[in-house]
Amino acid sequence: MSLLKYESQIREPLIGGEKNYHQITEDIISPIEMKPSRLWYIGFFISLGLLLFGAYSVYREVTYGIGQWNLNKTIGWGWDITNFVWWVGIGHAGTLISAILLLFRQGWRTGVNRAAEAMTIFAVMCAGQFPIWHMGRVWMAFFVLPYPNSRGPLWVNFNSPLLWDVFAISTYFTVSLLFWYSGLIPDMATVRDRAKTKLRKLLYGVASFGWTGSTKHWQRHESLSLVLAGLSTPLVLSVHTIVSFDFATSVIPGWHTTIFPPYFVAGAVFSGFAMVQTLLIVVRKVMGLQDYITLGHIEAMNKIIVLTGSIVGCAYLTELFIAWYGQNPYEWYAFSQNRANLFSPYGWSYWLMMFCNVVSPQLFWSSKLRRNITVTFFMSIIVNIGMWYERFVIIVTSIYRDFLPSSWSTYYSPTIWEIGFYLGTFGLFFTCFFLFAKYFPVVAVAEVKSILKTTGENYKAKMTETDKMDAEKFYIEEVEHAH
Amino acid sequence: MAGGIKKFVVGSFDDEAVLFPAVKNVRKAGYKIHDVYTPFPIHGLDHAMGLRETSLHTAGFIFAATGTTTALSCISWIFTKDWPLNIGGKPNFALPAWIPITFELTVLFSAVGMVLTFCYLCQLSPFIKKHHFHARATDDLFVMAIECTDKTNDAELQSFLEKAGAKEVNVQVAETGWWIGRYDKEQKLYREEKGY
Repeated sequence: MSLLKYESQIREPLIGGEKNYHQITEDIISPIEMKPSRLWYIGFFISLGLLLFGAYSVYREVTYGIGQWNLNKTIGWGWDITNFVWWVGIGHAGTLISAILLLFRQGWRTGVNRAAEAMTIFAVMCAGQFPIWHMGRVWMAFFVLPYPNSRGPLWVNFNSPLLWDVFAISTYFTVSLLFWYSGLIPDMATVRDRAKTKLRKLLYGVASFGWTGSTKHWQRHESLSLVLAGLSTPLVLSVHTIVSFDFATSVIPGWHTTIFPPYFVAGAVFSGFAMVQTLLIVVRKVMGLQDYITLGHIEAMNKIIVLTGSIVGCAYLTELFIAWYGQNPYEWYAFSQNRANLFSPYGWSYWLMMFCNVVSPQLFWSSKLRRNITVTFFMSIIVNIGMWYERFVIIVTSIYRDFLPSSWSTYYSPTIWEIGFYLGTFGLFFTCFFLFAKYFPVVAVAEVKSILKTTGENYKAKMTETDKMDAEKFYIEEVEHAH
Repeated sequence: MAGGIKKFVVGSFDDEAVLFPAVKNVRKAGYKIHDVYTPFPIHGLDHAMGLRETSLHTAGFIFAATGTTTALSCISWIFTKDWPLNIGGKPNFALPAWIPITFELTVLFSAVGMVLTFCYLCQLSPFIKKHHFHARATDDLFVMAIECTDKTNDAELQSFLEKAGAKEVNVQVAETGWWIGRYDKEQKLYREEKGY
């Protein structure tokens, strides 16, 4: 192809090693053709165990009611909604990588987008569990759907943020799934065409929808991906905005702030990237994908972590300042006493959040630490803990002391069944992720191939010769090529 | 589209830099390219083959507009005509509060509609069996299939493809059906293009 397609030498290669198209197929697809390793079985069964424990916890809750979760009149939202917001937030990184970075033409997204999008889908599945089971009488869950019914018809309240959430989360899940799967079809066809056994041929044949790789199909596929990316970009921003409206449209001190939508979105991307790091650092090691998920990819994601972490930090400080500046005694009490006072019942959680989300990511200003896998792995866990505490702080510290001091709930701690439910969603998430890593191409094969000749290490090496070529000769060759 | 058995001359290339001039030469020589199968999207190949632009995004827009209208008309009918609720004395026609749901339905309709249209146009669905000209077309080969007509001399065409840089050339017979896809209506002849 045209020599001008080569990317600048200054940029780090996105695909390491000596690669050609077939080698890429081989590297990415052969791990899913082998028998699962012992490690995979161990991980899978631990996840499955957690999932079963979660299922039992949910069974307890459905049988005996929300009281199983130590919630009371004052603290009506505890771990449950904290976990909901946390999981939804984690999903956001996948869409950011697959949609927003596609629109920005960031080549590095191709190495990580497939796994990140899968993570999004599983995280949204986990998130959805919490509001559903929190309904208590879960067999009436269909009441949230607007349809002509025999109860009046009694319609849902379209003016309520909780209903907006129903639409936002279900749309987000559907669109993410479609986006992910439409990208997966060509890669499933690659797996199908390499399949040796009859069963694999059948299953991957079904999964690949009869994809042939026709030029016309690729043209439509490109158009589809671009429009879906264009739709997902405002969608992902809207989802966490609407989640933040659950709080921001209320009159609870600490919740009714206009800063919530951008602050929640930044926090979501922040925690999502941390989860992507946690998963991919393990995946690249176990599946030997270091050439595709390079240190450069990890560094790029760490840059986003330090950026969004700082935005979140800025939001915390703004919120605190406005609470004081606004001169509303209830608002200021919520911030100065319920949160910032280290010696109040939940003060420790506020400072833990501050440390994990604002202070610790600042390490990533150093490029040496950004490129250090161990540091990145630990940091990703710290950030996820911090972001969980952010939601806990927002929810619990705002409501445990309400407007009536006689009903202040001094200390709320979860029961084993509430924790079990949370662990259960981890089980669900990792069970799905283990299955995904075993049966699906974890890196987008076709997309990586399309950037090989511009960003592959061996192709970049050839570029130096081109650089040496004098300008006139270079031009003549180009013109010759064009005609 | 009439079914029937058709003959194709199939040439496989291993480099897109060779494929581009080959596509051009084949079309210049007056052969009809049935399709080119590639393992990943190659930018500009659709233009080189003379395919027209897709209008899938227009379908996306129409679905999106349907979503917006559905949401707004349903909610306003429900809240102003069918069952007006008094919520703190606020107006029944509360347009700003309906924006989130309207937006979500716009996106939902557009995405679902576009994916279904895409699958319909490309005839993609589970349990569909298509003719694959080369198993490595999804791995590392760029496979050009040229339809033979009564006048085509396939021996000549095969050597033509070999000269154009094809690594592997053969003749295949495939049953054409609605699934195989034909783009002769889409393709312009080479000499109809600008700059010829």
